[in-house]
Amino acid sequence: MAAAYELRCRECGKRYDNAPLSICDECFSPLEVKCDLDAAKRSFTREKIAAGPTSMWRYQALLPVPDDYVPQTPAGWTPLLRAPRLAERIGAKNLWIKNDAVCLPTLSFKDRVVAVALANAQAFGFDTVGCSSTGNLANAVAAQAARLGLKTYILVPADLEPAKILNTQVYGATLVRIDGNYDHVNRLCSQIADRYNWGFVNVNLRPYYAEGSKTVGFEIAEQLGWRLPDNVVVPMAGGSLITKIRKAFHELIALGLVEEKEVRFFGAQATGCSPIAVAVKAGADAIEPQRPRTIARSLAIGNPADGVYAARVIRESGGWAEDVSDVEIVSAIQELAETEGVFTETAGGVTTAVTARLYAHGRIRPEELTVSCITGNGLKTTDALKGAYEQEAAIRPRLSDFENYLEDRSEERELVGGSSVR
Amino acid sequence: MSVRVLLPNAFQKHTNGTREIRSEAGNLPQLITDIETHFPALKPHLRDEQGQVRRFINFYVNEEDIRFLGNEMYCFKDGDEVLVIPSIAGGSWPDGRTHASHGLCACCSYCGQEECICGD
Repeated sequence: MAAAYELRCRECGKRYDNAPLSICDECFSPLEVKCDLDAAKRSFTREKIAAGPTSMWRYQALLPVPDDYVPQTPAGWTPLLRAPRLAERIGAKNLWIKNDAVCLPTLSFKDRVVAVALANAQAFGFDTVGCSSTGNLANAVAAQAARLGLKTYILVPADLEPAKILNTQVYGATLVRIDGNYDHVNRLCSQIADRYNWGFVNVNLRPYYAEGSKTVGFEIAEQLGWRLPDNVVVPMAGGSLITKIRKAFHELIALGLVEEKEVRFFGAQATGCSPIAVAVKAGADAIEPQRPRTIARSLAIGNPADGVYAARVIRESGGWAEDVSDVEIVSAIQELAETEGVFTETAGGVTTAVTARLYAHGRIRPEELTVSCITGNGLKTTDALKGAYEQEAAIRPRLSDFENYLEDRSEERELVGGSSVR
Repeated sequence: MSVRVLLPNAFQKHTNGTREIRSEAGNLPQLITDIETHFPALKPHLRDEQGQVRRFINFYVNEEDIRFLGNEMYCFKDGDEVLVIPSIAGGSWPDGRTHASHGLCACCSYCGQEECICGD
């Protein structure tokens, strides 16, 4: 391989030099980045990684960016937390949370993929970048493009959560609201990318963008002391993340950084948009597109770009996929916050609820080391909790009032049989 | 009766740069045949070894995925705009195979399959 990485067709194997290209011109299948693992061997050692920055860029040798690339945004390197209280609640004994709710700079795992995509946008000479987005990607592109001085066009479904719209506009991005769902927006972006000489991070830069997701897998392994977990539970929208975490684990095995192990992959979707989970449950190779209807808008992709690959990763690993209702999503958001102090958005509610179900159904055994991937921050989807908490009447600033308040609360508790009151 | 058909950039190598055609086709199978008649060089790329249209090629009518409209059963209406987009998603390996016919790994570079040569 001439460069440290190149593009390769996932179906026919045709090789391409690096270019803003995501589709094979022979068989019209998706392209993927192939890194030269032999070349990476020298610079991808535990010692060199440990001496690197405390960001995803500690894994730069296995990311598709030019050798001399100087990272501008310290995304990634988010906490891997033990989750003993949530574990107890759902019947687990060795549960961990990969907390990308606090990924910088915009509080979702999309900061990772955008960091790699925009490095390539610059390398290819684009002065304008864009994306189709369900929200988190919009925030990440807007923020990081601002930092790099790139012009930005971002297309989103018109019904997106207000916080995600504001968190895009504040960075000066041009935000175009589309009267349609994400799949409509994505389709339009494909046409725009064909017509204009812009770098669309999840269209013509998609192969590079997707590689950024590997850093979730690298971090999980390193933070576990360079070993792989037994199970990973991953939310699925387009289906890319779950395939790239597996790719990361396989690269670490190939480079001898971790012991070989068959990790089982579990996919999480909302029932209102569950094309991949449906395919996994039915044992189908095809993904039937759906019209999304769920509060988990960041997962609301009815025609997932990597759906067939995600379903295959799950099946081959011996994992499973589940989908949960909107009510379960809200409860799970609350449960994760109450037990572990992690406030996640609706997608994290999906992952948490699915994780609980996998234990309940015996698909994951309690003692197995399981990592649940939380990918976004609850502050972006506070609408989902609207009406969940009553605003209590204010009391006067007097100790007697406070004591009365406590007394009322305890009476209330007794009425509901001693359990805590929300 | 005719429909406007918008072709993606990925096709252009095989269509001499043509991005758009008009077609009198009444439904999807007729439209695919019509596209192949217009561009004979495209045909071997549009279909796999079994003669099936490749699974990553998607068709949309106006704003809707044709699969939501009845797919091959849908009858085009005068003035419909048909959009062809590869590789957004979907499709299947009809015979359930896990490897492409030439023996390359069909899932990703690191599937660990016996015949996988992606690791080289």
